[in-house]
Amino acid sequence: MQFSEQWLRSRVNPSLSTDELSYLLTMAGLEVEEVNAAAPAFSGVVIGEVKECEKHENADRLRVTKVDVGTGELVQIVCGAPNVAVGVKVPCALPGAILPGDFKIKPTKMRGVESGGMLCSGKELGVPDEVDGLMLLPADAPVGQNIRDYLGLDDSLFTLKITPNRADCLSIRGIAREVAALTGSPLAAWDIAAVAPQTDSKLAVGIADGAPCGRYVGRVVKNVNAAAPTPDWMKRRLERSGLRSISAIVDITNYILLEQGQPMHAFDLDKIDGGITVRMAAAGEKLVCLNEKEIELTPDLMVIADAAKPLAIAGIMGGLDSGVTTASHDIFLESAFFQPEAIAGKARALGFGSDSSYRYERGVDFALQTEAIERATALVLEICGGEPGPLTETVSALPARASVAVRTSRVARVLGVTLAADEIAAIFTRLGLPFEQNVDGFVVSAPSFRFDIAIEEDLIEEIARVYGYDNIPANAPVAAQTMLPQPEGLRVRSEVRRLLAGRDFQEIVSYAFVDEKWERDFAGNANPVRLINPIASQMSVMRSSLIGGLVDTLAANLNRKHSRVRVFEIARVFHKQADGSVQQPEVIAGLAHGSRVDEQWGSKAERVDFYDIKADVEALLYPRVAEYRKAAHPAFHPGRCAEVLLDGAVVGVLGELHPQWVQAYGLSNAPVLFELAVEAAEQVGRVKLAPVSKFQPVRRDLALVVGEEVSAATLQQAMLVVAPEFVRELALFDLYRGKGVDEGKKSLAFRIVLQAADRTLVDDEVEQAVAAMLAAAEAAGAVLRA
Amino acid sequence: MSNVDVILKEGLAALDAAADLVELEQVKARYLGKSGALTELLKQLGKLSPDERKSAGATINAAKQAFETRHNEVRDGFNAAKLAAQLAAESLDVTLPGRGSLPAGLHPVTLTLERITGLFATMGFEVADGPEIESDFHNFQALNIPENHPARAMQDTFYVEGGDVLRTHTSPIQVRYMLDNQPPIKIVAPGRVYRVDSDATHSPMFHQMEGLWIDQNVSFADLKATITEFLRRFFERDDMQVRFRPSFFPFTETSAEIDVLDEQGRWLEVGGSGMVHPNVLRNVGIDPEKYTGFAFGIGLDRFAMLRYGVNDLRLFFENDLTFLKQFN
Repeated sequence: MQFSEQWLRSRVNPSLSTDELSYLLTMAGLEVEEVNAAAPAFSGVVIGEVKECEKHENADRLRVTKVDVGTGELVQIVCGAPNVAVGVKVPCALPGAILPGDFKIKPTKMRGVESGGMLCSGKELGVPDEVDGLMLLPADAPVGQNIRDYLGLDDSLFTLKITPNRADCLSIRGIAREVAALTGSPLAAWDIAAVAPQTDSKLAVGIADGAPCGRYVGRVVKNVNAAAPTPDWMKRRLERSGLRSISAIVDITNYILLEQGQPMHAFDLDKIDGGITVRMAAAGEKLVCLNEKEIELTPDLMVIADAAKPLAIAGIMGGLDSGVTTASHDIFLESAFFQPEAIAGKARALGFGSDSSYRYERGVDFALQTEAIERATALVLEICGGEPGPLTETVSALPARASVAVRTSRVARVLGVTLAADEIAAIFTRLGLPFEQNVDGFVVSAPSFRFDIAIEEDLIEEIARVYGYDNIPANAPVAAQTMLPQPEGLRVRSEVRRLLAGRDFQEIVSYAFVDEKWERDFAGNANPVRLINPIASQMSVMRSSLIGGLVDTLAANLNRKHSRVRVFEIARVFHKQADGSVQQPEVIAGLAHGSRVDEQWGSKAERVDFYDIKADVEALLYPRVAEYRKAAHPAFHPGRCAEVLLDGAVVGVLGELHPQWVQAYGLSNAPVLFELAVEAAEQVGRVKLAPVSKFQPVRRDLALVVGEEVSAATLQQAMLVVAPEFVRELALFDLYRGKGVDEGKKSLAFRIVLQAADRTLVDDEVEQAVAAMLAAAEAAGAVLRA
Repeated sequence: MSNVDVILKEGLAALDAAADLVELEQVKARYLGKSGALTELLKQLGKLSPDERKSAGATINAAKQAFETRHNEVRDGFNAAKLAAQLAAESLDVTLPGRGSLPAGLHPVTLTLERITGLFATMGFEVADGPEIESDFHNFQALNIPENHPARAMQDTFYVEGGDVLRTHTSPIQVRYMLDNQPPIKIVAPGRVYRVDSDATHSPMFHQMEGLWIDQNVSFADLKATITEFLRRFFERDDMQVRFRPSFFPFTETSAEIDVLDEQGRWLEVGGSGMVHPNVLRNVGIDPEKYTGFAFGIGLDRFAMLRYGVNDLRLFFENDLTFLKQFN
C-alpha cells in the first residue's frame, strides 16, 4: 500500500515529523518499507506567465520572453523550449534558485541578451511529465506562487507492508483512523452526504440464493461526460499511490478504493441487458476480462451478470465489454460487499488479481458501501456531470460480529505485564472498539471494518500493540530447571560431523531437488518423488541419494582448479513407497578424489582409493564393526563396491564411481564415495567392559596362500569358527603377491594373539588352537606359506 | 720423585694426549694392562718387605686410581663429543611442514546452527526434528492457515505429486512435537525449508530454526527476554538493541517481528515470533486455558550471513571449496 503523506495529513495531522510518523506506523504493526520524497529538493521556482515572446536576434532556436512572476515587473528570460508561447503558465526559476543536482540560477547573458532566470521543464524539476519542453500549468495557476506549494511537492510517499489481518488499513480512511487511535490526534469527519436523485432510472439487482455477496449497492448516472479530464489533484493522489490515470470515471472508482478502501466498478449501462444478478458462474461460461484475458469460468467463481451473460468476475475483475469507456453516456456504479472466503485464493487460481480482489479477500468494511457510492457519485457529478438515479441496495447475509470477552487477568498472564482496567478501556476507546466492562474484564464487539477480532487473544494483541511492545518488560524467565538428556550410547550429530571434518572432509549443503538423470544414474531410481512446480527442469525431483550432489560439487570444484576434493553432506533423502507415501531417512555421504593427502614433501602422491574411504567408514561406525559384502550398485564400479551391514542389516554402501559416470560427468578420474544411514553412525552403544587378563599373551603368525577368489573375510571367518575362547585377536596384518607366490594367488598373513583370563597358557593348548585354525583355513582352500 | 710418580705423570700425560677412544684404550693397556707399567709395579711388590710392601702398595694403588679417574674423564669427554657430533648431524629443519592432513571443517550454516542450538541448550531447549515433505495439515492447517488463506501467498509453496508440500517453514516440527508431547515443552527445531523463490537474497531451499516454549505461565515478557538474551549471546554484543514490532502470523497471536540494530544504526529484521495461537494449541490437543507459550522462527542462513559478513545467500549452496574452507 503506497500513499501520499499529504493526503493522510489532510485527514489526521499529528504533530510528528515524517520520520516520527514512519516509526509510529512501523511500531504499530504497519511496517513502513519505504519513504520517498515526491520530488527532489529545489528552491526558488515560482509560477510565471509568459507575456511576450520574441525571436532571439542572434539565435534561431532561442526566444526572448517577458515573464510575469507576480512581482509587478516583467522579467526577461531567454528560453529554448519548443513549446514556449505567449500566455502559457510555466515554472520559472528566478536568480538564487537551486535546481535538483545543485544547479544554481544566476542572471546571465545568452548570445548577448540578458536573461534573468530560467523557464523549467518537468524533468529539470525532477518531476518528469510527458511533455516535450516546458511544464505547462493550468490557466488558473496563480502567478507568483511557489511551484512546490502549487504542485504539493513537499510530500512523501509512504509504502506500507500491510499484513493480511489488517485489511482495514488498506485505505487513507483506515490509516487515518489508525493514526488517530495511536496518537490521539483528531480525525477529520467524512460527512458524506446523500446525492439527491435527478432521474428515476435504476437497475434491478438480485443476489442469487447462496451467492456469497453480502450487500450490493448500485446507481445509474445518466448523461455523463465520460471524456472529461481527471482533475490534477486527483491525478496527483492516484499517481502518488502508484496508480496511473486512465479516464475520469475509472479514476474516480480507483480514487474511492484508495480513499475509502471500497472497491468499485463502473459499467456502461448500454452494455447491460436487463437487470443485474449476482450469482455463481455456470460451467462453460466465458468472460473476456479487462486485462484482455479470456477466462473459462468455473462454478466456484461468483459473477455479476445481466439477463444474458456474465459482465464481471465479482470482486476480482470487470469484463472488457461492459466496462465504462470515455465514449460511455450512461453508467451504472457498483459498490458491493463480497464475503472474503468467496474471493480468497481465486486470484491465485486465475493467475491474476486486482487491487479489488486483494482487499476483498482480506475483508472490506461491510458498512461502507453506501457512503462509498455516495462519495463516488458526488465526484462523478463534479467532474463528468450527469443525472443520478436513486440508490438501489440489495442485502443478503452480512458477516456476524460476535462479542469477544477479554479478561484483565488473562491479559497479564499472556503479556507478562499487569494493565489496569481503565488503561485497557482507554485503549479500546482509542481504537474505536465498542465495549462493556464487567467484573473480569471487557466484552468487545468488533466494528465492521475489523476482520481480525474473533477471540480473546486478538484483543490482547490490540492491547499490546497500543500499549507498546517496547513497554512490556523483558525480565529473565522464571521456570522449573531441568537438565537435558544425554544418552551415552548415542554419538551426537555434531560429533559425527566433526569426526568426518577431522578426517579432512569438508561439509557441503546441496539442493534436495535434483536432475531426474542423477536419480537414474546414481540411484537407479526410475520413480523418484516429483515436484509439481519445480523452479527448473534440472531441479524437478527429490533425491533418494546424496551421491549426485557430491559428484556435482566435485565437478564444479575441478572446474575451479581444485585438484583434491573431499566433501560430505548430511541430509534427508526421499524414497517413494509402493503405497505412495514417502520415507525420509537422514543419510550421510562422502566423496574423496585426488591425492590421499595434500601434495607435500614428506609423502608420496598417491591417489585415494577404496580402502581409504573404507577406513573412513570404519571410523564413522567405530567402535561398532560392520560387515562388508561385495555388492552391485548403479553408481559404482561393479568390482569395487561393497554394502555395509550392521547386525545383518544393510546400512550403507561404498565404492569407486563407475567409469561410465566418470566419463559422462567430465571427471578426470574416479572418486570414491560412501553413503550411510546417519543412525548407523550415531548408535555407538554403551561401553561393555571385559576383564583385563594378568597372564602373558602369546602371539603366533600364520601366512596363508589362497586363490584370489577367496576373500580375506572368508578365511578369517573360517578360523574364527574353530578358535577357542582364549584367542583374543585374529587380525590380518599383511597381504603379499609376487615372488614365491604363484600367479593368481595371494599370501595373507594373520596375527593370532592368545591369552586366557585365568591362567598362563601351556604350549600344548597354544599349538592345538593354532593347528585347528590352520586346518580350518586349509579346508577353506588355503595352504600354509612355505 | 719416586718411580711411581714418574710413571703416573707420564701416564696422565699420555691419556691427555690420546687423539681418540682407540688411542685412549691403548694408553690404558700400556699402564693397566697385563704387562702395563703400573701393573708391573704391583707385580714387584712381592719382592719387598711387609712394611715396605704396605706403603708402596698404597702409593701404587693411589696412582692407579688417579690414572683410572683421568681415563674415565677423558673417555667421557670423547663420548660427549661423539654424541654432540651425532646430534648435530641428526638435526632437522623444523620449519618443514608436518606430515599428513589437516582437518577440514563444517558448512557455515551448520556452524551457525550448532552455535544457536548450543546456546538454547544452556537454557534447557531440546532439539527436535521432522520430515521435509509434509502434509498440508502439518504445514498449514494445524498452524491456523486454512486453504485459500491470504497468508498462503506469503509462502510460495512447492508441491509434490499426491498433494503433500515441501515444508515452507520449520513450524510443522512444533506441531508434530506437540502432538507427541504434553507441556512443559521447550524445543528448538532447525532444518531445511523450501519456497518457490530464487535470487541474491532468496534460495529455493534454505534453513530455518523454530523455537517453542509452552508451560503454564509463559508470557510475552518471557519471549522478549529469551530472544534478547539469545541475540546478545549469539552476536556477542551485550548492549545489542533488540526491538519487537507488531506483525501477523496465522499461528501466533500477539505476533512480533524481531529487529536488531546493526553497527551502522539500521534496524535489521532477523525473525518472527509470538504467543502461540490458541487454535494451534487446540489443534494439537493442548488446553490453551491451562497453558500458554511462545514460538519464534529465525533464518539460519541469514544469521550466518550477518555473523560472517556474507552478502550473497547463493554462496552457501554453490559449495565452492575456496569459500567453504575459510570457515575451518
